[in-house]
Amino acid sequence: MEQSMVQTQTARLLREPMSDVDIARNLKWRRMKNFMFSVVGLLTLLFAICTLLALFIDLAMTGVPRISAEFFTNFPSRFPEKAGILSAWVGSLAVMITTAVVAIPIGVAAGIYLEEYAPKNFFTKIIELNIINLAGVPSITFGLMALGLFVYKFKFGQSILTAGMTLGLLVLPIVIVTTREAIRTIPNSIREASFGLGASHWQTIQHHVLPYSSGGILTGVIISLSRAIGETAPLITIGALTFIAFLPTAPVSDVFPYVSFQWLHDAFTVMPIQMFNWVSRPQQEFHVNAAATGTVLLVMTLLMNGVAIYIRYRFRRRMKW
Amino acid sequence: MSELKAFTSANHPTRRWRKIKDRLIETVLFLAACSSVFVTMGIVYVLVSESLPFFENVSFTEFLTGREWTPMFSDAKFGIRPLVAGTFMATFIAVCVAIPLGTIVSAYLSEYLKPSAREILKPVLELLAAVPSVVYGYFALLFVTPMLQKIMPNLGGFSILSAGIVMGIMIIPYVSSLSEDAMGAVPAHLREASAALGSTKFQTTLRVVIPSAFSGISSAYVLGISRALGETMVVAIAAGMQPNLTLDPSEPAATITAFIVQVSLGDLPHGSIGYQSIYVAGLTLLVLTLIFNILGMWIKNQIQEKE
Repeated sequence: MEQSMVQTQTARLLREPMSDVDIARNLKWRRMKNFMFSVVGLLTLLFAICTLLALFIDLAMTGVPRISAEFFTNFPSRFPEKAGILSAWVGSLAVMITTAVVAIPIGVAAGIYLEEYAPKNFFTKIIELNIINLAGVPSITFGLMALGLFVYKFKFGQSILTAGMTLGLLVLPIVIVTTREAIRTIPNSIREASFGLGASHWQTIQHHVLPYSSGGILTGVIISLSRAIGETAPLITIGALTFIAFLPTAPVSDVFPYVSFQWLHDAFTVMPIQMFNWVSRPQQEFHVNAAATGTVLLVMTLLMNGVAIYIRYRFRRRMKW
Repeated sequence: MSELKAFTSANHPTRRWRKIKDRLIETVLFLAACSSVFVTMGIVYVLVSESLPFFENVSFTEFLTGREWTPMFSDAKFGIRPLVAGTFMATFIAVCVAIPLGTIVSAYLSEYLKPSAREILKPVLELLAAVPSVVYGYFALLFVTPMLQKIMPNLGGFSILSAGIVMGIMIIPYVSSLSEDAMGAVPAHLREASAALGSTKFQTTLRVVIPSAFSGISSAYVLGISRALGETMVVAIAAGMQPNLTLDPSEPAATITAFIVQVSLGDLPHGSIGYQSIYVAGLTLLVLTLIFNILGMWIKNQIQEKE
């Protein structure tokens, strides 16, 4: 249809060619539209960036005056001016460590398999499709799965272990995909050189593929952890409590065996849940606390993303094959 | 020399051990790759098995056609329509914000900006997606809603409108990043041919770049829509949590995700009807997301066939 439209237009132009004035007018109008779009594009981009700024400034203006040393060392409380985020940031830290321990080894291993070993067959295709789909599954669904499976079937309870595993599985696709992308940038000549010197497949991966792609993998790991630190919905679903006025068991102690993993089984809260709890209350004072927590959370997330962008940039500049 | 010869023979212990080690490692890596399949199976298994008992108590017709969703009341009603309507409405508003803005931004980034400026602005834009959703919820409730109330004085404190708008801003980077990738992959000679025929940059973008990149752009749209469907915290905070079968975006309403959060906040005995209802809601959400993804894949295939 479009083609026939172009044809009739061409035919018309051949019958009655445009005068110079017409051409000038047409050109002026087309240039005008071009200019207008560049203005609209710039404004849209500015709008998006200004929203990000507005969000940050709004949060910081309300929240920063509330942030003090006590804010980090106090437990949540009924009195807004005494409440702090001690249990929340310790919980976030503990959950992040568990998440990293679950997601990094599995994700990197899966990425290596899919790039270096996987045969091109039906089963590999299923795994690849599945990873893409898993990245699109709503995060709250992971929470429901964890509630049914980890909390009630495996009896892990509503603990740091359950939370870390849930978030670990949630960010697994991100780790896998970024690992694969990082490995893919390594030229085949490197592998061939290694094989040529008699190295085995694993030796090639261990001594060449992994070190050269470590920058990209690290970027993916940081981005996935920054995603996990802000996740709220799946943790609410597994029943993370919002009022926790105690810390998890210390991981080290002075009695034998000195190291304890009891903390994995403790109840917990995390910063986003604490913020959700405070923002859902009607009192203005709690909203201030929420803003302060949000500022801490946002600064952490933006810092992690900034580091990730920086690492990616550095590696891209250093690696010239 | 004889040592080297011995080593190169296939039966040398070092080589045999290396071979065994290689196979072992490959198996471990293979299992790691399979883990994602296990996760999917786990999700489907849990959602289905925990939802099935629900339909022993509630008929399927009531579930699909009922106009009220009040599983926690003593007079419990189980019609999923209010939740689905809330989900669709929030998603629709978000998409109305994200698709036009995201497409314009991606076209501008890809066609109008110098690569050096793009290199800086694209990661900055992607930070919009990195902000935790609970922070967006705060922003929607305490910044966007009061601002909207200045324009629409009769807007309540909770509305699907402000939640939807903020959600839309949140998913702009999902739309723009992937679209920009797709537009960047359009071969330069197409642009050059268009310019040689006397087109302006705008005409080239509109008639050459966007149509040739459209299969990639459509996957960006699908990703944005599925994000909006599954987004939880913004709607849970800013849209209120009452299930409400309405088409008026200025009213409060609940989405499927907000309902799950609301129920999870309370203490829920394992196996109760309330517990089953969040699984039914979750299963509905998963099915909706799946339908959208399949639809997106189908549209993409249609476009690719045309080409």
